[in-house]
Formats: sequence, structure tokens, C-alpha cells
Amino acid sequence: MSAVQSVTPFETVRTPDPASRPTKIHTANVKVTYGQKQALHGVSIDIAEKAVTAFIGPSGCGKSTFLRCINRMNDSIAGARVEGTIKLDDQNIYDPDLDVVELRARVGMVFQKPNPFPKSIFDNVAYGPRIHGLARSKADLEEIVVTSLQKASLFNEVKDRLAEPGTGLSGGQQQRLCIARAIAVSPEVILMDEPCSALDPIATAKVEELIDELRANFTIVIVTHSMQQAARVSQRTAFFHLGHLIEEGPTDHVFTNPLEQRTQDYITGRFG
Amino acid sequence: MTETASRLPASRLGNPEVRALSKADIGLRRRYAAERRFRAYGLAAVTIAICFLLVLFGSIVSKGYTAFLQTRITMMVDFDPAIVAPDGDRSAAAVMSGNAFRFDDLIAASLQKTLEIDPNDEDGLYDALDLLSKGSAPMLRSMIANDPSLIGTKRTVDFYATGDVDAFIKGTIRADVPESQRLIKDKHIVLIDKLKQEGSLHLAFNTGLFTNGASTRPEMAGVGVALVGSLYMMLVVLVLSLPLGVAGSIYLEEFAPKNRWTDLIEVNINNLAAVPSIVYGLLGLAVFINFAHLPRSASLVGGLVLTLTTLPTIIITTRAALKAVPPSIREAGLGIGASKMQTVFHHVLPLAMPGVLTGTIIGLAHALGETAPLLMIGMKAFIVEYPATPFDPATALPTQIYMWATEPERAFTERTSAAIIILLVFLLAMNSIAIILRRAFERRW
Repeated sequence: MSAVQSVTPFETVRTPDPASRPTKIHTANVKVTYGQKQALHGVSIDIAEKAVTAFIGPSGCGKSTFLRCINRMNDSIAGARVEGTIKLDDQNIYDPDLDVVELRARVGMVFQKPNPFPKSIFDNVAYGPRIHGLARSKADLEEIVVTSLQKASLFNEVKDRLAEPGTGLSGGQQQRLCIARAIAVSPEVILMDEPCSALDPIATAKVEELIDELRANFTIVIVTHSMQQAARVSQRTAFFHLGHLIEEGPTDHVFTNPLEQRTQDYITGRFG
Repeated sequence: MTETASRLPASRLGNPEVRALSKADIGLRRRYAAERRFRAYGLAAVTIAICFLLVLFGSIVSKGYTAFLQTRITMMVDFDPAIVAPDGDRSAAAVMSGNAFRFDDLIAASLQKTLEIDPNDEDGLYDALDLLSKGSAPMLRSMIANDPSLIGTKRTVDFYATGDVDAFIKGTIRADVPESQRLIKDKHIVLIDKLKQEGSLHLAFNTGLFTNGASTRPEMAGVGVALVGSLYMMLVVLVLSLPLGVAGSIYLEEFAPKNRWTDLIEVNINNLAAVPSIVYGLLGLAVFINFAHLPRSASLVGGLVLTLTTLPTIIITTRAALKAVPPSIREAGLGIGASKMQTVFHHVLPLAMPGVLTGTIIGLAHALGETAPLLMIGMKAFIVEYPATPFDPATALPTQIYMWATEPERAFTERTSAAIIILLVFLLAMNSIAIILRRAFERRW
């Protein structure tokens, strides 16, 4: 990203939701720099509870960076600096008193490439509950694993081979296993960073279906490169470009009637 | 290009028909020729390396295999109480004290009987005694001390022949050399032939090579003390360098901030790996012996010095193994709320384990063969007794080889090669263990 693009002042175009939902995550003026490079130039957005919010935009626009701020995964990147406010249920997640481990138990994450642990399917899902001490007994743990796999609509496919390695599953199953693993610690928010970009269309359809089901219980933020996917699974869409949040609003509104020229250009495929 | 070339049958490479597919000359012939040349270079390099390896092993084994057999002279010994226990006290202490020459008398009596030497023929007796190792009398003495019930009985005893007789039997001292240039004289050959006829002289497996300590008599010398010393050192190295090295690498790789200081540390670790090992020996001499006053020649000091030489290797290989673990595994762990340490110990380290173990064992194998630093801290002493603890003086396999290599006797020459074979067997075994562990711990992701 070149310095020429960091034009100021900048105003995000916002369209409020017709059916107003409570806010789960409130962010204001989030700026991220990697060393000398500024990746985000003051992003402010409220993310609605129990809905799917999609972040779209061309590569390098900062949408993944922003997503990784929400559970402080950027902490582990050397030289990354985050400014601004990010509040989860009115609690500042960058508060020095807040334990990042606890935050990540509340805000789960699913990554671009399926990354199951090289352990059994059971252990993959059981790992989170184990380290957080969520199960009081073995039966408890088994129940958590089974319900998580069921919620991730994977249980029927793997119920006979829970002891087999998770890495032996197909790509789509692996990704659903990762979702089950995230669900197992009962998070409030699930962040998904291009969860279907490594999957074939059938596996993608299954994961999308799953996301739609999960929205009843979880707040979901998904980064995607596929406009169709954003249109299919999300209720709200935010369009990022060159480190700015250009436009955000109800998904159907953003896709059918974008207020910004750049949004219009991007979703019609004129750049990006 | 490589793929295309390998899919085409070799006979069609550079074939005009194939080239005719595209009219333009895109240099296919030149490209294939370059590839064939490169393959030929590689094959030549591998062949030369294998040849050298074969020559090396061939020469060592051909020189050393004879040392695993040893010439023994079996004789009936009369444990005459009048000689062994002249004052009637048959206790071990009494056997070990008193006139030492009385055991030579036992051997002389046996020789006279076996070779039918006239009791008045002193020269004949001395010639016959020349055939037996000078360690025979002490051997007989400790044998009786260990089992006083032998006194008063007659038993056959296997005596060691001297190194020269051994060399003569194995053909390294040849009978067709003029007598004046030969260590085994004609009169000895007559006696040897007589012993052979009676079936008293035979070759047996040389167990003493593995169990005996240092000796000036080659037939009594073995690598026993060196083996124990090397074992103690390897234990010290393993106990110190594995935890230190792995913990250090994990800290540097996973936890340490990346700044100028950690860069400096990294550069220095890489430099340390290239420091000549004799420098570590000097350091060990100055720090462990002169400053800390640890005992000289002790396996503990040897192990400490070898730990210093091994640590950089272990740290470098462990860091490489940790680096090779895909970052997605770390993200998965962190993303689910595992702490940094949980992520490292539950997920990253198990995946890096094959690399860590291989690095450690290769490092240990290096340490096992290390000689120069041990010479600096005095682990080339003449040590007969087994070291009971790592604090006792000991030698090591490579320093034992070094010491034997400087001895002129034939029997020491073959023992030098034999000790090298033993060392190589240990190294091969360690490398095989590394491969087996690597296979066992390897997990796909």
C-alpha cells in the first residue's frame, strides 16, 4: 500500500439496519501499523450480535488485519501495533488487565487453510475444553465433543472414526472440524478468515450452510473474497479498500444499491 | 522442464521429430544436454564418495578384524598348595601378598610338563616363558584370589600368548624373514609348532579387548575403561545438552523478541558451532580444571567440555526443526485460547520432536568421536582400573585410539584399527537410532 492512498479526512458510508440488532463488538478508529507500513487507517464499525457480518474487499485492503485485531491474533506478529478502541460487550479487549487467553476463548477463530492439529478427531475438538477446564468428567467432555461435531454438521460423517487423525479428513471436513473445535469452547464470536478459499464448491456449500445455522447462537464475522458468498451468508457487509472502511450496511443494500462508487466498482468486478 | 524431460522416453530426447512440433528453435537440445551433464556430475560425485568410503572401511576392517581373535595357550596348571600357600593360609589376602614369583613357578611347572622340557634346561624354560604374556602370573594370582578353592586342584587354564606370538600366528610376523630381523626366533617357532601339535595353542574370541583397561602389554590391553569413560561422558552430555539446548532453542525461536540482541545471540551460536573443538578443550582446562578444580582426566569434565561443543549443534538443529513447524499450527493453538507455552509444548514441540531427537543424537555422535578437547583436559592417561563414577579418571574411545596409534607393536596396530571399528559401530548404531526415532515420531499434517 503506497502512502499516496492515505488520503484524509475519510468518512465511511453507513446504512443502518432496518431491523436493528444489539451491538456485540464496537470498534472506533482502529489503526494498525506493521513496522513502517500502515495497514488500517482508522476503522470504526459496530458488529451486530447473532448475525453474520462479511468483510469484503480486494487483497491487501486490511480486512484480515482488522479481523485479527478482534481476538488480538496480531499480538503474535512482531512489529504490529494496534491503536483505537475495540470493545466486546463494552469491555475494551486491549485493556492491559484483560487476559488474551480468556478473550480468545470468547472469540474463536477459523483460518483460511484448514489447520487441524495432527491428533485424533476427538482430541482436536476436546483440546479447547481440556485446556480451559470446561469438562468436569470424561462423559462431560465426550458430550461437548459430540455436540460440537453435531453443530458443525460433521458428526454423522466421522462418528465411527473419532480416534483417527483429523488430518486424514478431506479439506471440507477438516474445515468443519476446525469450526467444531472453535465451537467446543462455547465462544460468543467466531471469526472466519476466508474459511472456504481452500475448498471445492460442494464443501463450500456445506460450510456456508453451517455458517447460516451457527448464526442463531454465535456472532460471526467472515472475511471473504467471494462476493456471492458474502451475499449468500451475511446479513451485513463491510467493504474495505486500501486500509479504509469504505461502506457498510445491510448485505442486500450494499450489493444492490451501493452508495459509494468504489463499492459499486468492486462488486461489479471493475477492479480488485 | 525436468518433468517434461522425465516423461519423454530417453531415446526421444533431442529427436528431430519431437523438435518438429514447434518450428522455432527453443534450445531443447541444449537444455536436455545441460540436464544430462548435471546428472552425470552428480552421479560422479556420489560414486567417488562411495569409493572413498569403501576404501576407508576396507582398510580399517582388513587391518582390525584380526584383533577380535586372540592366540591363547591352554595348559594344565597344578595349583600346588606348597607353592601357592606356603604358610597354609589360603585366604585371598594371603594369595595376594607374599612372594609374587611363586606364580611364575606354577607357570614354569606347567610349561615344563606341557612342552616336556628338561627341569634342568633353564634356557629352554625361558624360551618357553617368552611365548606367554607377562601378565600371566598376575592373572593366575587374581584367579586364585577370586576362587581359593582352586588351591590343591589341577585345572586347564587359558593363558594369553604375547603380542608377538599372536602376530606370528596371524601371519603379520612372517617366518621367511631372516631370523635377526624377526621378533619370533627359530627356537620359539619350534616351541609354537610343538604347542600347535598338542592342540594347546588356539585362536579364541578376544573378550579382553572389550573388558580390559590400559596395559603396556598389547595382549592384555582393551578398550573397557575407554568404553565406560565414553559412556559416562555421553550421559553427562545428554543430561546437560538436551534440556539446555532444547529449552534455549524454544526460548529463542518462540518467545524471545526479535531484536538486535537476539540477532547477536543467533550469530554467536552459529559461530560457536564452527569453533575448533580444541579451543573448547582449552576453555575446559581453564574453567573446569584450573578454576573449578574438578578432577583431571575425569569423564565429568570430558562430558562438560563435550556439552559445550555439542550445544550449538543441538540449538541450531532444534531451531530449524521448530521453524519447520507450519505457523498454522501455532495459530490454531493460539486461536483456541491456548497460552503461548501450551501452544509450544502441546503442538509445536511434538511436531518438531523428530528433528530435535535427530539433532541431539547426531550431536552426541559428534561428541563421541571428539578427540582434541579430551587431550587438552588429560583424558589420555594410562588407566587400568574401571572408573566407578564420572569423577574417576578415565579415557575415551577416540583418545584410546590415539594412544594405541602411537605404539610400535604389531598387536597395538591391529588394536588401533579394532578400536576404530568399535567406535564406528557405536556411531552407526547411534545414527540408526536417530533414523528409527525420526520414523517413530514423524507425524503428517
